[in-house]
Amino acid sequence: MKAACWTSVAPARSPGCNEAARMIRIDCPWCGPRDEIEFTYRGDATVRRPDADASAEALHDYVYARKNPRGWHKEWWHHVHGCRQYLQVVRHTLTHEVRSVARATDTLDLPVG
Amino acid sequence: MSQKFRTRSGGHIDRSRTLQFRFDGRAYQGYPGDTLASALLANGVRLFGRSFKLHRPRGVFAAGAEEPNALAELRRGARREPNTRMTMIELYNGLEAASQNRFPSLRFDVMAAAGLVAPVLSAGFYYKTFMWPAAFWEKFYEPWIRRAAGLGRASGLADPDSYEAMHAHCDVLVVGSGAAGLAAARVAGAAGARVILCEQDFLPGGGLLAERPHEQWREQTLAALSAMPEVTLLSRTTVFGYYDCNVLGAVQRVADHVPEPPPYTPRQRAWTIRARSVVLATGAHERFIAFPDNDRPGVMLTGAAQTYATRFGTRAGRRALLFANNDAAYDGLFSLQDAEMEIAGVVDARPDSAGAAAARARGITVWIGASVIGTAGRQSLHGVRIRQHGGDETRISADLLCVSGGINPAVHLASQSGTPLVWDDRLASFVPGVPVQTQHSAGAAAGVTGIAAAAADGARAGAAAAANAGFVADAAIDLPCGDAPDPTVLPVWEVKAHGKAFVDIQDDVTTADIRLAYREGYRHIEHAKRYTTHTMGTEQGKTGGLIGAAVLAEARGARVQDVGLPTFRPFVMPVTWGAIVGARVGEHYAPVRLTPLHDWHARHGATFMEAGAWLRPSFYRVTGDADDWASVLREARAVRRAVGICDVSTLGKIDVQGSDAATFLDRIYANTLSSLPVGRARYGLMLREDGIAFDDGTVSRLGSDHFFVTTTTANADPVMAHLEFHLQTCWPELDVQLATVTDTFAAMSVAGPRARDTLVQVLRGLDLANHAFPFMAVGDAELAGFPVRVFRISFSGELAYEIATPWGCGLAVWQAIMQAGAAFGIEPYGVEALGLLRIEKGHVAGAELNGQTTAADLGLGRMLKPRGDFIGRALAGRPGLVDPGRPRLVGVMPTDRSNPLRAGAHLVEAGSSTSLGWISSVTRSVELERWIGLALLRGEGRIGTRLQAKFPLTGEKAEVAVVSPHFVDPENARVRA
Ligand SMILES: [Zn+2]
Repeated sequence: MKAACWTSVAPARSPGCNEAARMIRIDCPWCGPRDEIEFTYRGDATVRRPDADASAEALHDYVYARKNPRGWHKEWWHHVHGCRQYLQVVRHTLTHEVRSVARATDTLDLPVG
Repeated sequence: MSQKFRTRSGGHIDRSRTLQFRFDGRAYQGYPGDTLASALLANGVRLFGRSFKLHRPRGVFAAGAEEPNALAELRRGARREPNTRMTMIELYNGLEAASQNRFPSLRFDVMAAAGLVAPVLSAGFYYKTFMWPAAFWEKFYEPWIRRAAGLGRASGLADPDSYEAMHAHCDVLVVGSGAAGLAAARVAGAAGARVILCEQDFLPGGGLLAERPHEQWREQTLAALSAMPEVTLLSRTTVFGYYDCNVLGAVQRVADHVPEPPPYTPRQRAWTIRARSVVLATGAHERFIAFPDNDRPGVMLTGAAQTYATRFGTRAGRRALLFANNDAAYDGLFSLQDAEMEIAGVVDARPDSAGAAAARARGITVWIGASVIGTAGRQSLHGVRIRQHGGDETRISADLLCVSGGINPAVHLASQSGTPLVWDDRLASFVPGVPVQTQHSAGAAAGVTGIAAAAADGARAGAAAAANAGFVADAAIDLPCGDAPDPTVLPVWEVKAHGKAFVDIQDDVTTADIRLAYREGYRHIEHAKRYTTHTMGTEQGKTGGLIGAAVLAEARGARVQDVGLPTFRPFVMPVTWGAIVGARVGEHYAPVRLTPLHDWHARHGATFMEAGAWLRPSFYRVTGDADDWASVLREARAVRRAVGICDVSTLGKIDVQGSDAATFLDRIYANTLSSLPVGRARYGLMLREDGIAFDDGTVSRLGSDHFFVTTTTANADPVMAHLEFHLQTCWPELDVQLATVTDTFAAMSVAGPRARDTLVQVLRGLDLANHAFPFMAVGDAELAGFPVRVFRISFSGELAYEIATPWGCGLAVWQAIMQAGAAFGIEPYGVEALGLLRIEKGHVAGAELNGQTTAADLGLGRMLKPRGDFIGRALAGRPGLVDPGRPRLVGVMPTDRSNPLRAGAHLVEAGSSTSLGWISSVTRSVELERWIGLALLRGEGRIGTRLQAKFPLTGEKAEVAVVSPHFVDPENARVRA
């Protein structure tokens, strides 16, 4: 069993305790709405690779430091079985709701709250 | 005695045809339309099984999916399926089923007779027994408990049937085909929406099937639905899970109702349904009341007894008593009276009520303010003890005790979807709150009871769901009408009296177990659930989950709504592994990738090995090879002494083009590639951003803006994703295009001192002379009339050429080279010989590129370019990664040249057990005629010393000499010859 989840009635579900519930739909700007199984998760899209002359400390934060938010999060999802594009996906880490999907080079802000 | 409990007429059964079936070896008869449970009841069978832990006799308790007791092993042989609910098994001619949990027989059970079980299997027994010595557990408790507690037996044989997966999209998915579901589907369908209506029963109608007055509306509505081309009705289909983004999972039992699936028909089909909007019309489950011996065969949910009487034309007993706390239950009892059953009376926990008045008007005795405090009978009920208002106790003769503690709306799917549950005081139960996905609960699932009200609620939900999907529902549809009794309950969870009162009949959990869990500190419902196993069986607490919560609430001094229920998760109902796995069994488990030379390899004695999804020749067995090693050594010797050819089509290949291609590759690889001249190749090493070595291969420059990159077979996909990630997200300004061309080109390595002599015979358009086409040269040519690209690169350390050709030309090119090399004794060589040759040469592979090693660890530290950014640059310089004490690549040889080596052995100083490193790869060298290995060894200056290679798992120990990893031609002269 994965990490236990001790919510009682509401909310009905917490992330991590429902292994079968992995069926996010992502509306790819290139391909249209597709199932999660076509994608590979590539992690935090709020961190960006530092410039060429950056310090080891800056690279350390880029590689290792993560906010791990409870709520809205901006993530990279690779449409690996579709257009092969990396997409920015705004997903709620508690409900899995996907709020918005954008191309890698688009500006995409996190919702407030 | 055939079917003596049938009513005279009526029901959704076909009395004109008789079906023969067997239960526990005994022959019975039933009718089409029966379930196994209804047919057995009609034959007077009352004892259906033994309970899970305590082996108490159990009868059928419900009439649907929530059945806790009547579990059977269905069918025989390889098709035997355990734990099927007899209340859901559609009767067919020749059906065979057996009861579970009895030894040696259902009527006489050793465990129950000796009373052996109860003292040991109290709440938390698993936890407590784990505290005892482990040996005790293994030798005694585990085998004993496995026999005593457990459900049915799997067949142990391969499943002979097939299963398949189905994916569907719809505008509106309606789950459940009772009054609410039918109305919702009809309204949404009339609006033009694409509708899928799932019903787990074999007959659509839900609660309507037990309501004769509404039969006409049911038939009309079904006819209307079947006339709508965009409405799909899936019967025998259980929706088991509600996932994110309105994706739902369902399983359709396509051929469970026949002895064997017809040809080309799966037994079951797993559906993944993506719906714009969902209507959950899943109805409600009646709940019971915890009173002593409430598990005796003959105690049954009231709605179930009503269903048996009206839908199945079966009396569940001769003389019925009702124990209830609500008016709705009286209707059930009246239907039994209408079915000509004798009525013993009503025990109503409430003060006087409309239901009681109606019963008295029918001549039925009602004890108000009373409760059931016990039941009598051994293997079936014959009497009920009640405590009357005022405290007097009476015994009433009855062989059927109908219980109704109210209803629990079936909120499982709503809850899984994230919809919060809210408490309904009227029902004393949870109902769905405001949904978070595009979803509507309707009818009894939403707490709306009575056929007319539920249908109206379903019509509303159907219109709303259609509107969600952009359809306007403006057509009026016929709806049933009529009054329904008030479902308000007086919450009565438990009757306290002497005896075992069950809150989970399937898992043998009693009120006392819940209180024990509370006393031992398991006060959260989730803790109490796991400690007692309450709601953990196939029934999942559908009938008694809330009762256990209420007992815990009382112990805590809390309200039941504040204690709540354990989290609802998929699956709502047990689903077979077959349905989940589908066709992905045996050779279809995973796709297999084959090179264009695969059939040639197979014809020439290849033994294949898996390399990711690929099958590659491990070695080729020819006549005269004494064993596998003989084949491998023969192949490797051919390369060292003459010429060999190896299929390397599986190497990852990426085409990189664009005006910034050189800049891009400089940032991706740790070494410089922009200085590479056109027509030349270079070894390339990639790091991960954390500074660890990632992959290696060759980079060839085909034009100023055009490169061709190879990766290891295993990393072909990760490297492509790595390149795409950095190009698209870090440096989108670069003009670079990437394309995977792994299976665009077949590739083969022609290696050995006679490689040039072989190729010149068949190659045209390229001068292979050493000065014209030196080591690391790349050029296009024609071979036996086919276009090829020739790379003078070597993994084996010999003079070698890698030939790439379009995939479809691979076999012809290979055969032409084989023919040309025949005069020199050319041999095809497989992955084993390839590995042997690379170890002799000291080249690293997967065992060394293991995700823990740096470039310097592998002796490649000088490749890192001193200037300019590249992936892994900054973090490769971290102190821990440049520590001179890190394990470094070395070679090892046993000092006794007859000794073998073993990969994985640890290297220690003589007399010590402190590991200084490990042997990563070993082989039998054909150059040195002894075992050699590569190792990762800590400490500088160890080359020339001796260490022990220890393999503690087998106790092996051998002295090894630490040497350079370059066993063969350390000056690299041969590749330049
Ligand atoms: Zn896409």
